[in-house]
Amino acid sequence: MRSRLTLRNAEAAPLKAIEPFSAAIFAERLLRDLKGGYRLISYFAQKTGGQNARLYAVIAYDDDGLLRVAATDVAGAFESLTTDTPQAHLFEREIFEQTGLVPKGHPWLKPVRFTGASPEGMGVMKFHRVEGAAVHEVAVGPVHAGIIEPGHFRFQCEGETVLHLDTALGYQHRGVERSLKGGPDKRSIHYIETLAGDTTIGHATAWCQALESLAGVDISFRARGIREIALELERLANHVGDIGALAGDIGFLPTAAWCGRLRGDFLNMTAVICGNRFGRGLVRPGGVAFDLAKSQVADILNRLNEAHEGLDAAVPMLFDSPSVLSRFEETGRLSIHHAVDLGLVGPAARACGIEHDVRKNFTRRPEPSTRFTISTWSTGDVFARGMVRWLEIQRSIAYVRDRIRGLPEDGSMRPMKPPRNAHVAVSLVEGWRGEICHTAITGADGKLALYKVVDPSFHNWMGLAVAMRGQQISDFPLCNKSFNLSYCGHDL
Amino acid sequence: MGLIDILLARAKQGHRTIGYPKNPPVLPELFQGRPIVRPELCRSGCGKCADVCPTGAITLPTHIKNPELLLFATSDDAGGGDDTLSLDVGRCIFCGECEKVCGDKAIEFTKEHRMAASSREALKLSGETYEMAKALDKKALKVFGRSLKLRQVSAGGCNACEADINVLNTVVFDLGRFGIQFAASPRHADGLLITGPVTKNMELALRKTWDAVPEPKIVIAVGACAINGGLYAGHAETRSGIPSWLKVDLYIPGCPPHPITILDGLLRLLGKLDE
Repeated sequence: MRSRLTLRNAEAAPLKAIEPFSAAIFAERLLRDLKGGYRLISYFAQKTGGQNARLYAVIAYDDDGLLRVAATDVAGAFESLTTDTPQAHLFEREIFEQTGLVPKGHPWLKPVRFTGASPEGMGVMKFHRVEGAAVHEVAVGPVHAGIIEPGHFRFQCEGETVLHLDTALGYQHRGVERSLKGGPDKRSIHYIETLAGDTTIGHATAWCQALESLAGVDISFRARGIREIALELERLANHVGDIGALAGDIGFLPTAAWCGRLRGDFLNMTAVICGNRFGRGLVRPGGVAFDLAKSQVADILNRLNEAHEGLDAAVPMLFDSPSVLSRFEETGRLSIHHAVDLGLVGPAARACGIEHDVRKNFTRRPEPSTRFTISTWSTGDVFARGMVRWLEIQRSIAYVRDRIRGLPEDGSMRPMKPPRNAHVAVSLVEGWRGEICHTAITGADGKLALYKVVDPSFHNWMGLAVAMRGQQISDFPLCNKSFNLSYCGHDL
Repeated sequence: MGLIDILLARAKQGHRTIGYPKNPPVLPELFQGRPIVRPELCRSGCGKCADVCPTGAITLPTHIKNPELLLFATSDDAGGGDDTLSLDVGRCIFCGECEKVCGDKAIEFTKEHRMAASSREALKLSGETYEMAKALDKKALKVFGRSLKLRQVSAGGCNACEADINVLNTVVFDLGRFGIQFAASPRHADGLLITGPVTKNMELALRKTWDAVPEPKIVIAVGACAINGGLYAGHAETRSGIPSWLKVDLYIPGCPPHPITILDGLLRLLGKLDE
């Protein structure tokens, strides 16, 4: 009897528990599940020699908090599901680029990261084009006007109105996944911490959860608590920065200036814990490398109260000002249908009314004592993406306050063991941009045979493109900022 | 929300720009700054520091590389000439692993935030001296000293260096008060400030951006990746840092450097700091 594997978040199982389906049944069941409310959270191929490869699909059902891993063995090609379920579109392109397996029937097969492209070939692909006498094309990037990572945007416009946006990324491709193979070694954790440098804690936590489950090591409750606190501080810093940047993009300077400062205050709280503003060196397999002394707890609580007061003065005025609302409301609107179809995650999905958050849906055993509320909005526009961040900021502050006072005293670091051989683990973390998914597979030697990272940006870039349809091109910076996606997290 | 409310809130916010450089910077208690390497303290010659370093930043003296020679080593060997324990702070990502494994305290991270250097050689540390970044020459200072416009190019940067460059534009650091600004177009810039290991996919864009900057122009490397490739040195997907067709005028090490370290480097380059 062929079967798929059912796992909880950050649980490992022997690889042999996944018995590959025939390609036809694999595709049929995957499509049925994705149409029935499952989300495709990771989809990748492992080469098994020559043209042969094993395809793995990891799907998640938000209501039961369970993950399912299914596999099939294919040679040279596989059925594309993109036409029926768009959330597969980028995964299939990625599989094609990384392994050469052809997704048969993919409507728009083109590079994802331009792996191995010649210098002249970089960014050169067939962009979606709109024909017509009044249509013109606008090309932006890879180098952008601000201090920001590179990527190329190609707009099809009629006058000021954007008909379509096509995105060419890959400029940041550093070959991280490839380098993680054969590990873990002394470089691995540092690769993970720089996958997306603004999400150091998020990715490092996902990595450690994966390794710990592969090794069968349970970390202390204290270490889990400190990781969660650091994760929320990372969310706070970035959300506060994003709200400031949204204000800056429309010229509402008070909130822009104050949030710019307050963002740093949150980064400095992380530095109180470990000395580094981005949390480098804090999260390590087995626990956390820095414990929290009573004086540090008091220091963080003080800073948190001060920052909270500052935010209460800086942020509500943004959402109360008519001049702001006229720019935020109805701008870059994305419907819940599109968001579901594209498999959007994080604040961008919650701003469309999707109740999905790893912190609530995919809790690890034992369940945390702190109750958690998902922050959503319904309008799917720039306002909603800003407002969801503001709701999350307030809830994160309350969460950190609660968690940091009640940290158990069971140590901060436990001895690690090597990963078990021929095992698979899936690890999810709700990073500030949304769901981070790491899948680890060990070989017969216990080394990583495959490590697959899905940054939330991988799901969400297409959401930005769809949100831009029918918008003024001058609103692109504002819409882009409201998603604030990672380039290197996508390009890895 | 009326204008009066905004003004009242503004009054409450107060003045938030830091006193640096007049006053010393406030750094985190656990801040890892410039390391000090003391080869004379390395007695065990165990080589563990180099073993644990994720970026190959540590060079061991020959007698440690070849343990059989250790028998013949004298205390003079440790400090003499180029063949000595050294740490390339340009490659260092400040993980502190070397300090943790060294039983001899031969490598120690200090709270020193001043780390920028004018040459690649100055970043290779051995002993307590450190040659801090020098100001541009008089001719260049005449052009850039009072107004420096930089175009930032991220070429594989992970957005940590970029983020801590960005904060220099906030009210906290207020970079503009020193006459330094980031320009949106390379044609309006006096130079490039580069982050990231320079991915192959970005090299052409970097070259085109450089070509678009009018002469005279300068290059500033921020972070281990830009200086030497950092973790990504030797990756087929990167150029292991700023390619040799660019001459770097200022190196600012770190992973990422603290904003104060970046600011210190920029101010030294413009001759705005004395010591």
